[in-house]
Amino acid sequence: MKDITLEENKIPFSVKARPYLIILPALLLTIGILYPFATAIFYSFTDFSFRSIDYKFVGLKNWITMFKSADFWHACLVTAQYAIATTGTEMIAGLGMALLLVRESRYTKILRIVLIFPLMIAPVIATLIWQLMINNSVGIVEKFLNLFGVYNFPWASSASTALFTAAMIDFWVYTPFVMLLMLAGLQSLPKSPYESAKIDGGSPWFTFKTLTLPLLKPFILIALIFRLMASMQEYGIIFALTKGGPGNTLMNLSLTGYNMGFAFSNLGKAVPFLLVLWFVIYIISQKLVGAWLRGQKSAQGN
Amino acid sequence: MENKTKYLLKNISANVVIGIYAIFAIFPLIWLIIISFKSDMQMYTTTFIFTPTLDNYRIVLLEGADYIKAFVNNIIVSGGAVLLSLIVGVPAAYAFARYNFAKKEDLAFTILSFRFAPEILVILPLFMIYQKIGLYDTYFGLIWVYQLITLPLLIWVLRGYFEEISVEVEQAANLDGYPWYHVFMKILVPLIKPGMVASSLLAFIFAWNSFTFPLLLSGFKIETVTVAALRYIGSDTVHYGQMAVAAGVAALPEVILALIIQKHLVRGLSFGAVKG
Repeated sequence: MKDITLEENKIPFSVKARPYLIILPALLLTIGILYPFATAIFYSFTDFSFRSIDYKFVGLKNWITMFKSADFWHACLVTAQYAIATTGTEMIAGLGMALLLVRESRYTKILRIVLIFPLMIAPVIATLIWQLMINNSVGIVEKFLNLFGVYNFPWASSASTALFTAAMIDFWVYTPFVMLLMLAGLQSLPKSPYESAKIDGGSPWFTFKTLTLPLLKPFILIALIFRLMASMQEYGIIFALTKGGPGNTLMNLSLTGYNMGFAFSNLGKAVPFLLVLWFVIYIISQKLVGAWLRGQKSAQGN
Repeated sequence: MENKTKYLLKNISANVVIGIYAIFAIFPLIWLIIISFKSDMQMYTTTFIFTPTLDNYRIVLLEGADYIKAFVNNIIVSGGAVLLSLIVGVPAAYAFARYNFAKKEDLAFTILSFRFAPEILVILPLFMIYQKIGLYDTYFGLIWVYQLITLPLLIWVLRGYFEEISVEVEQAANLDGYPWYHVFMKILVPLIKPGMVASSLLAFIFAWNSFTFPLLLSGFKIETVTVAALRYIGSDTVHYGQMAVAAGVAALPEVILALIIQKHLVRGLSFGAVKG
């Protein structure tokens, strides 16, 4: 009862059950919210819509229709493009900025605080701010581009530049997130390997490649997991920017599912889109978390 | 000599890169503040030199009561969500940190994985259930669903804090004959108070920023500030100055909170997963 390090077989049931009882309220609260998630899977096999209470079982029809539709493959492509474009650039810029800001000086200390402001701002609000900047009649970016002879850059209103615009806003919001984690990683690195590398006269690039990068791996993986998962599901930025347009340029899986569900009030058809998204995210996150746990274990073994 | 110029050149180019990124990151916020003081007329004609006016602030904050109401709603919903998460999450974090039990890591990871569930997938059926049981467009309805944002974060961050408190502290109190919940409330909770404050503020920021949940699970009664601000884009005559005020007011609390808790940010953002 009073000692939590007792041998397991001597512990009475009341003590054994205690951790589960302590966790129970938290679990119930989340399961209550995630129960609808389970019913969603059921609805994907029905023609359920918000318009009427009656629905019937349609088997795999919704799934087959989805896999045959061009909208689905387009949404997959947009999801992948957006995730790769944002995560890729954010990881590189975040790591790069962290390497530059890890040097101790008065102004890097201030910048480490100031540069994370964008991260604190809701993505939807960030989109609003950028719309004020890139607006073709009053935006400061337009006026800046005019100096170089560029007029009326289309930004979010053209199919060829909309993805770039959305990705740029995402980059603005989330690069500080990667930067922050990388800084934490860099500051926790052991000093001694660097000293011996210096004595051996290794070039900075060689030191970075053979020392910093492997040592940073757990931090890189964590940042990658969070950024990849979130950007695959991005909804707020795209919704606030163009609601998925122009046309269907920015319709990723999240927005397509939302449209099917709410605009066309067809839950049965909407859910498969989101389940595919969830499944892919689940598989990727498991792989990445697995790699991270293996890294942690081998680090502890040393 | 050659080495010195090389070093200097490297230093300069590093500073140029930092400078460019800093302008990119910070200028939008400065621009936001500038144009929030511009009248609609001056918006088109001048760039940096103009007569500042408080009209935009007056119109957004005083004339339409909606925006202030949305602001207060956001505080109630985000604050309520953090409070509820603390009540169930602090004990859970303690259990994950201190007890060894079957399936512990699986359970902990499951809770974290709720963070990865696509929000829209949860919302679609929840929308229907909420309408049926009367939770649609209510404070409690939103507070409950915000648990998906705040609870995993609090549990994972606080678990790290509990793990750092030495077991001996607890054992000593246990030997004195206090029951575990007494030890927990009187000794452990006060010890992790700084962690609780920091992670609560961080969870508050995340909840404050949420957009999809309030957009789809509430209507006009409990509109939050992220949803309300978007209306300034949709209106037919665009008042850019008012848009700037709406965005600025929505962002202000978070920037202030970020300044207060910046030391704890890393642990929070990595959900305690990275020991830094």
